[in-house]
Amino acid sequence: MSARLTILDAIRDVAAEQGKTLAPLSDDLPLMESGLDSLCFAILVARLEDALGADPFTTSETTRFPNTIGELIAFYDEARV
Amino acid sequence: MEAGAGLDRTIATRDCVLRLDDFALNTSLGADLPRLEGRSVVLAVSDMTKAAAALIELDGLARRIVLCPPSLDMRGLDALARHAEADALVHDGDAPAPEASFDVVAACRLPLSPLEAERARRFVTEWVMPTSGTSGPPKLVAHTILTLTGAFQPAGAQRWATFYDIRRYGGLQILLRALSGTESLTLSTPGESVDAFLVRLGEAGVKHISGTPSHWRKVLMSAKAHCIDPDAVRFSGEIADDAVLASLKALYPRARIEHAYASTEAGVAFAVADGRAGFPASLVEASGGDVAMKVVEETLRIRSNRTALRYLGRGAPALHDADGFVDTGDVVERRGDRYLFAGRRGGVINVGGAKVHPEEVEATLNAHDAVRASRVFARKNPITGALVAAEVVLREGVVAREGLEAEILSACRAALPAHKAPSFLRVVAELPITEGGKLARHG
Repeated sequence: MSARLTILDAIRDVAAEQGKTLAPLSDDLPLMESGLDSLCFAILVARLEDALGADPFTTSETTRFPNTIGELIAFYDEARV
Repeated sequence: MEAGAGLDRTIATRDCVLRLDDFALNTSLGADLPRLEGRSVVLAVSDMTKAAAALIELDGLARRIVLCPPSLDMRGLDALARHAEADALVHDGDAPAPEASFDVVAACRLPLSPLEAERARRFVTEWVMPTSGTSGPPKLVAHTILTLTGAFQPAGAQRWATFYDIRRYGGLQILLRALSGTESLTLSTPGESVDAFLVRLGEAGVKHISGTPSHWRKVLMSAKAHCIDPDAVRFSGEIADDAVLASLKALYPRARIEHAYASTEAGVAFAVADGRAGFPASLVEASGGDVAMKVVEETLRIRSNRTALRYLGRGAPALHDADGFVDTGDVVERRGDRYLFAGRRGGVINVGGAKVHPEEVEATLNAHDAVRASRVFARKNPITGALVAAEVVLREGVVAREGLEAEILSACRAALPAHKAPSFLRVVAELPITEGGKLARHG
């Protein structure tokens, strides 16, 4: 099962908690334009580690980090295979 | 230090009572007592009344006393003895002497036995305390009875008590105060619950009690808190925040509630009794009395006749700067007419380059209606290096319910800059407390 729903929910939760206005979420939305700042990303990654049992930002051997929402979801899906 | 003087004063744990008058004709060190004269003595006993007895007898007799904390690892005894140039050991009489090389090995035994010859007091004894460093071997801090007792004011005959162990600076202050004044003293007993200790304090009629904020939060959570009716409640050793000060004031409206600033190295600097966290900036500006203070690079520096003399051991760092000030390592922040303690210089959590003192976040958590105590620590993070995480103990009577954690976190976000607010929170039954009565920040 894709981590898509978990990730999108977590993005919405973190944005709400941190008082950020989110851009409409779509796969090609660049992360930098999503409305989340680096603290929000840090919290998101930690929450996803707890929820999905994976932290590809720490464990992945690829040097190419995700740039868009779609790539972020794929990043986690690959880490969980 | 002359104990006794006909006031029928006692030092009592649950299991043992020392009568100070008895020391005039009796000893805990038996026939070994004269052999300890002029020695550098390591005092390593497990029992607090034994430690008190040996200290009463060794001050003025020994050249140096190295006061070992209760948790001292006996395997470290040789290294400790070498650094302190110790040639004598006082240990528990009930167990075999630890294997270490000393010229004189004496057993401390209670009850006291008759003194065979008069006790000599020809030395200005150096009192040495190992500091509870968070890393590396402990530093050996040297005091004399004059630096240790420099802050004392006469208090009149009362019964005092402390949550501290008397082998650490805060507890030793209370012991020496009792010995040099007219007070009796009640001490805790290993394995004794806070409830049982409070009942005993109430029965003994204790009026003056000292401990860390962590100790006092346990009292606030105890069903036996009303067994005592103190005149004075004293905090030291950790930051006293507004929440713990206000809670104690509500519990004991009659008591003078005071928080003191002291450390093994810097000695007792000041005490504040206005019920607010931190201290008036005027204390720093009015420097020049018996305590001078300054703030350099945000940390508090103290000079007084109560600071320690030096660190022992070859290659030991200097304890004072060129002007005689001790760097406390405690970070302070000026807010209007007040300085507030922000935390330890070395204890900062770095969130994406922004500094967070755990103590500041803990004070915010503790101010929440549902929270009694908290511990804030770093959670490693691949994006910002670290995030702020917290554990909290709920107030007595507060039941953990769904949404409570989110509510506490939301209150923190409203009160603190985003990077300081905890991102994770867990409700726990209790927090780890060190043997010294402070919140355990590591592990």
